[in-house]
Amino acid sequence: MSDALRVGVFVCHCGTNIGGIVNVPQVVEYASTLPCVACAQGNLYTCSEDGLSTIANKIKELRLNRVVVASCTPRTHETLFRKNCERAGLNKYLFEFVNLREHCSWVHMDKPDQATLKAMDLVRMGVAKVSLLQGREDLSTAVLQIALVLGGGISGLSAALVLGNQGYRVELVEKKEELGGLLRFVNRVFPTHQPASELVDPLIDSVLRHPNIRVHLGAELTQMKGFVGNFEATIKENGESRELNAGTIIVAVGAQAHKPKDVFGYGRFENVMTQLDFEGRCGGYDTFDRVVMISCVGARNEERSYCGRFCCIVGLKNAILVKEANPRAHVTILHRDVMAVGKLYEEYYRRALEMGITFVRFDKLRPPKVKGSGRRAEKVQVVDALMGREIELAADLVLLTTPLVPGEDNMALSRMMKIPLGMDGFFLEAHQKLRPVEFPADGIFVAGCARYPAEISESIAQALAAAAKAAVPMARGEVVSDAFVAEVDPALCSACGRCLSVCPFGAVDWSEVGAPGHGKKSVAEVNPAECKGCGLCASSCLSGAIRLPGFTDEQILAMIGTQG
Amino acid sequence: MNQKAVLVLGGGIAGIQAAIDLANMGTKVYLVERKPSIGGRMAQLDKTFPTNDCAMCILAPKMIECANHENITLLTYSELAELQGESGRFQAKVIRKARFVDEDKCVGCGECAEKCPTKVTDDFNAGLGQRKAIYKYFPQAVPSTYVIDPDHCRLFQGKKCGVCEKICKAKALDYGQKDREIILDVGAVIMATGFDLYDVSPLSEYGWGKSKNVLTAMQFERMICASGPTMGHLKRPSDGKEPKNLAFIQCVGSRDVRHKKYCSAVCCMHATKEAILAHEHYPELSSSIFYMDMRAVGKGFQDYIQRAKTEYAVEYIRARPGRITENEENLNPIIHYEDTNTRELKTREFDMVILAQALTPSETNASVAEKVGVSLDDFGFVSPSQDPLNPFATTRKGVFACGFCQSPMDVPDSVVRASAAASKAAETLASR
Repeated sequence: MSDALRVGVFVCHCGTNIGGIVNVPQVVEYASTLPCVACAQGNLYTCSEDGLSTIANKIKELRLNRVVVASCTPRTHETLFRKNCERAGLNKYLFEFVNLREHCSWVHMDKPDQATLKAMDLVRMGVAKVSLLQGREDLSTAVLQIALVLGGGISGLSAALVLGNQGYRVELVEKKEELGGLLRFVNRVFPTHQPASELVDPLIDSVLRHPNIRVHLGAELTQMKGFVGNFEATIKENGESRELNAGTIIVAVGAQAHKPKDVFGYGRFENVMTQLDFEGRCGGYDTFDRVVMISCVGARNEERSYCGRFCCIVGLKNAILVKEANPRAHVTILHRDVMAVGKLYEEYYRRALEMGITFVRFDKLRPPKVKGSGRRAEKVQVVDALMGREIELAADLVLLTTPLVPGEDNMALSRMMKIPLGMDGFFLEAHQKLRPVEFPADGIFVAGCARYPAEISESIAQALAAAAKAAVPMARGEVVSDAFVAEVDPALCSACGRCLSVCPFGAVDWSEVGAPGHGKKSVAEVNPAECKGCGLCASSCLSGAIRLPGFTDEQILAMIGTQG
Repeated sequence: MNQKAVLVLGGGIAGIQAAIDLANMGTKVYLVERKPSIGGRMAQLDKTFPTNDCAMCILAPKMIECANHENITLLTYSELAELQGESGRFQAKVIRKARFVDEDKCVGCGECAEKCPTKVTDDFNAGLGQRKAIYKYFPQAVPSTYVIDPDHCRLFQGKKCGVCEKICKAKALDYGQKDREIILDVGAVIMATGFDLYDVSPLSEYGWGKSKNVLTAMQFERMICASGPTMGHLKRPSDGKEPKNLAFIQCVGSRDVRHKKYCSAVCCMHATKEAILAHEHYPELSSSIFYMDMRAVGKGFQDYIQRAKTEYAVEYIRARPGRITENEENLNPIIHYEDTNTRELKTREFDMVILAQALTPSETNASVAEKVGVSLDDFGFVSPSQDPLNPFATTRKGVFACGFCQSPMDVPDSVVRASAAASKAAETLASR
């Protein structure tokens, strides 16, 4: 830049928040003596309309080419001040924020003199840094308006349909030859007892007939490349390889039913089965007189610590269906806690109680025993935790209530797509509380039982939520990212791979470059569209090959160098 | 031509999330909140289960995103008065209540409140602390604009004052400000009106309101929060002493045919969290949780309970206590319960007792629902959708519901459902 540096420094009183402790006029006077500072002034409230227009006017009037605001936190106000610079014709990356409130006045309330000295130091560092900043442009990546949905169960179908209805093209990839997922094996759904097929068939129909949705059956993902905006997926469909391009991806691959091994006579007695086995018989609710259900089979134990979330409700459903079909039947549910969370399910639980279904609590350490002869189970013995003594229940049917377990392909998918799995084997979302359907990497989302067991309405909710997130970049047609992203100097890169392993966003990858006299060599390359500018790669690079504009070594050394 | 804007009613985490998702899709959003700030109930929480993330630290960035988003208009301290029209073409009349402080001029510096002579019981701190008659709803409020509470302000009560006007350097006070009415054209509406706390005083057997050392869970939440009235120090209200042992009683008003029949969905987890936090603050402290079923069904919840037992001195007792009396000497609450393992009647004394009060639909839900034209169930929640494939539909087309106003649910479920409702609203705008 040929133009001489002209820095404007604006120091905020923030009412008395800063001004009541730090001697602002003294800081302003000091700032005006710093190199290249063309103007320095104090404002009562720099963020007020008044304060903002003062800055804009000074930028124009004095042709300022760098601006420092010393006030509060960038967390809340950086966007505002950057935009204000832009409004006055100054590149927004030529702005530096100094935090005098959180980093100074608030934490040194009892030492105003020293706080003022520290404020002067902070401003001096800000000026040193802003002088080395270069103007930059935001990065824009085009986004294909196509969503790739992996999995054709209730989650994948719901996500595909809502996106199709919003006008986006959808590629729906299902491993099996049929759509519908686990619901194909369910007889009736709780709490309405509507046949599952009545629910899922019309949905399948709408998806198959939708002009914006293309369905790939018997298709498996074999490779995934690219990033938000332009993913390149390779699938194997009917033995043939084909490429699919997509702007965003929704992972809705579901889960699988747990098959118990050598417990409670499962596999030994023909009348001991899982809830799902029982539903597969599609009916026959009235053919049993003494039904005993055992909850938490394969859940909340050493092998699998989690709770299956809705297994108790499946048990309640089949208990109610049996009791409705045959009011004289004795139905007993052996449980460790009845997980009827919320409004609807507590109501459902109460309904079961009122129908005369018996609930017996047992302790994990004293599980029930199923006894029988030949291929038939005949009775269940259990220590009733409330009475503290063993009881014996006759049984002509024993149902084991089991949780869903992670899909068998999860590990392979996780590696192929660079998306994380949790300790439990389910896909791990970006943040359990506030980003439940997102992954750390942009443009990839998760819904339904791929994330954790979810019943129908939860699966639909997550599918629609993932669809909302996927719609965002597609609606905009581009992803705009901050210009402060990491850059690799290929000449310095030693290809050690540390940056690849530390990047939480999967933004670093290998790239082949021609090296003079050495043919080709592999070096690290940062994809600016995926980089969030966190700086982990730059600070872990042993060769000094990675720099992060806005936080370069020169800038930071200049800041430190101005320190007494 | 359909209107390309959406009205979101309620500025808690559900409303905030729905607004951000729609705004990011390029849709104009009006976010209406009746309180002076967005943030809702989550803003009152100290930390969140099962990650123990500070609630404000993860919520505040979202609040700020709402405030800074070019597609979101925040209408705080505002209420819906009327909703006319039909799906795709609604007209909403919104009342912007007078704050008596100019939102464009106030910079939230707080000098007015410092000088204000009138102290008022602080609702945000669940009645444990005090605020002034001119106040900011909470320190991180968005917008940070102050508001005058005319029911307590000396000037509005006909006395001499006006200190706030004199002290305000931004000249933001406007005692003559009136309620204003605005009309918004929107294509879809999302209800996210959230929840309120059930009044536990009718459950007189537990002594809340009589026995000083019996608190509600929300009171405890404010007490253990670093930005709360005790700066995060646990103090027995009777003598200010640090408690050594706590009892948590679950299902207070929930799963109770005399009060609320439903399960409030979050209390097993927030009691566990509060017991963990108490132990983190005071490693000598232990807790006992009296429960009916330990409903820890979410992702990572069972592991959280295990950690509470093994690392944080939390004991789980399956019992529904019958009553709480008080030790007359030290004012310790005494819990009377049946040990279901030994079938013996027992009593046990604690330093403090925390009641997991039932959670109910927002107290204004009935009037909002009436204005919006959607029906409610017997408990006052928005009636469940008749379409199993669209769990967010209400009885009025173009109006969707999400979050706690539908049914008790935790933060992740509310956030998921908010994004999902945003998806359905976007679908409505895209159709025709």
